[in-house]
Amino acid sequence: MKICDLDTARAQTWDVIVIGGGHAGCEAASASARLGARTLLLTHKASTIGEMSCNPAIGGLGKGHLVREVDALDGVMGRVADASGIQFRLLNRSKGPAVRGPRTQSDRRLYRAAMQRQLGLTVNLSIAEAAVEDLLVKDGRCVGVVDGVGGEYRAGSVVLTTGTFLKGVIHRGKDRIPAGRDGEQPAIGLSDRLYGLGLRMGRLKTGTPARLDGSTIDWASLEMQAADEEPVPFSFLNDRITVPQISCGITRTTEETHAIIAGNLDQSAVYGGGISGKGPRYCPSIEDKVVRFEDRTSHQVFLEPEGLDDDTVYPNGTSTSLPVGVQDAFLRTIPGLERAQVRRYGYAIEYDYVDPRELSATLQVKALSGLWLAGQINGTTGYEEAAAQGLMAGFNAALAASGSNPFILDRSEAYIGVLIDDLITRGVTEPYRMFTSRAEYRLTLRADNADQRLTDKAIALGAASVSRETAWLQKRKELKSARDRARELTLTPAEASRRGLKVNQDGKRRDVFELLSYPAVSWGQVCEIWPELKDLSASVAEQIEIDAVYHGYIERQQADILAFQRDEGVRIPAPFDYAGVGGLSNEVREKLIAASPTTLGQAARIEGVTPGALTALLAFLKRRDREQRSA
Amino acid sequence: MTDTIYALASAPGRAGVAVVRVSGPDAKAVASAIAGRVPEPRKSSLRAFRNAAGEVIDHGLLLWFEGPASFTGEDSAEFHIHGGPAVVAALAEALGAAGARAAEAGEFTRRAFANGKLDLTEAEGLADLIDAETEGQRAQALAQLTGSLKSIYSGWREELISILAALEGEIDFPDEDDVPDHLSEAAGQPLQNLIASLSDHLDDDHRGERVRDGFVVALIGGPNAGKSSLLNRVARRDAAIVTDIPGTTRDVVEVRLVLGGFPVILADTAGLREASDAVEAEGVRRALARAEDADLRLGVVDVSRETLDAGVVEKLREGDALVLNKIDEAGEASASLNFEGVRFELSARDGQGVAALEAWLSNEVTRRLGRREAPAISRARHREGVSRALGHLQAAQGQLAFAPELASAEIHLALRSIDGLTGCIDVEDVLDRVFSQFCIGK
Repeated sequence: MKICDLDTARAQTWDVIVIGGGHAGCEAASASARLGARTLLLTHKASTIGEMSCNPAIGGLGKGHLVREVDALDGVMGRVADASGIQFRLLNRSKGPAVRGPRTQSDRRLYRAAMQRQLGLTVNLSIAEAAVEDLLVKDGRCVGVVDGVGGEYRAGSVVLTTGTFLKGVIHRGKDRIPAGRDGEQPAIGLSDRLYGLGLRMGRLKTGTPARLDGSTIDWASLEMQAADEEPVPFSFLNDRITVPQISCGITRTTEETHAIIAGNLDQSAVYGGGISGKGPRYCPSIEDKVVRFEDRTSHQVFLEPEGLDDDTVYPNGTSTSLPVGVQDAFLRTIPGLERAQVRRYGYAIEYDYVDPRELSATLQVKALSGLWLAGQINGTTGYEEAAAQGLMAGFNAALAASGSNPFILDRSEAYIGVLIDDLITRGVTEPYRMFTSRAEYRLTLRADNADQRLTDKAIALGAASVSRETAWLQKRKELKSARDRARELTLTPAEASRRGLKVNQDGKRRDVFELLSYPAVSWGQVCEIWPELKDLSASVAEQIEIDAVYHGYIERQQADILAFQRDEGVRIPAPFDYAGVGGLSNEVREKLIAASPTTLGQAARIEGVTPGALTALLAFLKRRDREQRSA
Repeated sequence: MTDTIYALASAPGRAGVAVVRVSGPDAKAVASAIAGRVPEPRKSSLRAFRNAAGEVIDHGLLLWFEGPASFTGEDSAEFHIHGGPAVVAALAEALGAAGARAAEAGEFTRRAFANGKLDLTEAEGLADLIDAETEGQRAQALAQLTGSLKSIYSGWREELISILAALEGEIDFPDEDDVPDHLSEAAGQPLQNLIASLSDHLDDDHRGERVRDGFVVALIGGPNAGKSSLLNRVARRDAAIVTDIPGTTRDVVEVRLVLGGFPVILADTAGLREASDAVEAEGVRRALARAEDADLRLGVVDVSRETLDAGVVEKLREGDALVLNKIDEAGEASASLNFEGVRFELSARDGQGVAALEAWLSNEVTRRLGRREAPAISRARHREGVSRALGHLQAAQGQLAFAPELASAEIHLALRSIDGLTGCIDVEDVLDRVFSQFCIGK
């Protein structure tokens, strides 16, 4: 990876500058450069680009869906995860395809290296090392950034992906260490600038466990969890994983562990009252678990190796802000960890975030054009959520720099659309994480069909590489002909039962989809009847099977999606004067003004907006529309 | 800005007292312009009411409600004035001059709904309460206005959200030790219970709708059996034309009565026979349809004939009654009809025996519609919503073991049906439940 010198970086006007080299920043820089925008990535330290600051894992339920979507739009996360994944597991394998989540643990070093290699190879992308402390604002527009020594960098669009760095403070026991990440300086000036813009902001917290020396763990006594025998890659461009796969250990906290933690709660930064920010309920510290779930006598702990040739171990499930001595004490009450040595102690980190309701659907700051925000700065948690926002902010920053139309995905098209709509419509009360249950159209938005949903859009946008385009067009053609053929191949009930398939004897001919929709009919059986089906590629055959499983449900969901899109189609102009709408309570009116939704559908998703208020709003918009048309 | 509206809240016409309500952001200014300053909230005060010219229109009571603690949720005032049409008109003019406008029909309730003071079922309850003509209707509407249906529906919602939390917990947190596997199987029993509750709720003989819309009693029988005479006798007026000519009644004639505090629709139908023309044939078809839909049938038989009409008995069901009419004209020992249920011997013409039938009917209506513990479905809209929800729950039950995501899809549809009746569902409701029940934190 070549580093651009600062004088060169300062000498020109870039199309897009991305601040931050984390998961949002990498994806933003790559997306912007793929669209042909001359892009500069500014980071404190180029060697930490692609760092996994917390859990060394990618994917999971909802998160794996996001990675597949990023990949379908030719983003980098999926390919980097495939190049570094050391324990691939497809979660929910026994459940339906819509709720299967690809996940892997990654070798942290391999992940960083693969990411830096990807970015190094990206045309139009330059990388420079600088600590950004301020924004350049001219005529109410963000036109660049200023570094800690006063150097100025100019650009048409600026994307901020500062993660936990905005006024980051690490808490461990009574210690308070200003830091963006363990051992790295926080960003103070940028945070002041954002407050200065009058943006609504707040504090959130998250935490991380201690890291252990793997050679001091008694692995022999532990239950082990192996990777899948046939790892399923994230990227649609990969058909196999070549990285060696490893197992992780499983152990549990004991009553003794809980007693130590309960006895030292006053020393915990979180429980000692040292932290005001709100943490996520789904990633609680071990202190939280002990307090909130008092009746549980034990919690599971996964011991995840951080790399193939790195014996550091991440004890997943023991995030803590207790002082060093207490961390040592409680860890050693966990079976297998009796003699474990800590390499780095756990901590809680508190940081500023911007209320994402300050953003438009492109992730641009409404109050300051030219500035986009992505990742934890918007109140989310997770590498995948960050990458998805980085991708969209990068695209839109580049599109705006060239004066093109924005690129927006809605809730019926992608988890990315669900993520951004949730953020900008509802804001956050705790770090936001994706779950499949957040997606109304879950049966349609699957990890397996992300390419079918999105890759055509990436091609139209000009964001897809030639190899991506070629591979997808080939698959699309195969899919179409396989689906057409599957509709042509039919059997009467009598023929079906002669072939050993149990279907209703109603005289109705059934095609391949209808036959497969019977739980008792398998792909193997239909291949016996029509041997030509055996020639289909595995990924195409899988799609035919999935179409059959969700037969009926998908059609109903399509009807819902049409209704959803009708509401999304009712635009609310901006600015909009809610005072003119009769029949709204003051409370609802204030909520609408605060969120300034752009469509009726978005208004409906704002918490506390009643059906009655929506009816009043719709009636008003229609009446106005009529008046304007007749005028 | 939202308009400030006014309307006469009491019935139009001459009355001792008339009540005019004002609601909206300018209610205070409007009321002050007419009555000087407004009294303390919820206290009445005797005032002189003046028009724009400063002339006294009337003396009366003014009540003041400060939003959101008012019926509409807005600032509201009530003027209690003397109930003469001219007084009301003068006050209306003064209110208009002070900046309020006349409300559209239902506008006060619509504002209450928009401001979250009532949900849909309560708004319907209010409308029914205002329209209630009988004691049974009043009791049912009041129960609905004060949230009887809302509490049932929100109870179901709670249950559905719990079941969803189990499903979604299993789906979204597969690697979490604290979320047990097969949570969805554990959801089987609660789902089964809910299906039973919805079925019970639906299985109510349409009691609530009957209380609201009327309990239908159909008179059926052969031509000239005396059905129309009986209708007129019970209605105490000549609602149906009575002649000696068979086939006089050609369409369904209905009268509304109140029996035991409930509305009853008594329907006279064309005599059942081979019709002599197309109009009569249509009448017979309608008679049969009405008999089919009715809540209770009275089979009317002319006992003065030599052979009794056994065909009528076949049309009767359990709980119906047989009426042996024209006992005043009947000879000795008329042939008997084979009917298991209640029978009445009477003469519609001279009225003997009719009181016993009326007493029985009144008892029967009260027994069938009377208050039970569970509030009843009062509108077809509710029955549809609940039936649809039930269908989805049954489908969900079928999917539970195979595909929790499909079971979840069905339960979401069920929730949407229920929510169409009251409020709205939010994914955060489900996640909140998951997080409060399980320690998620791999």
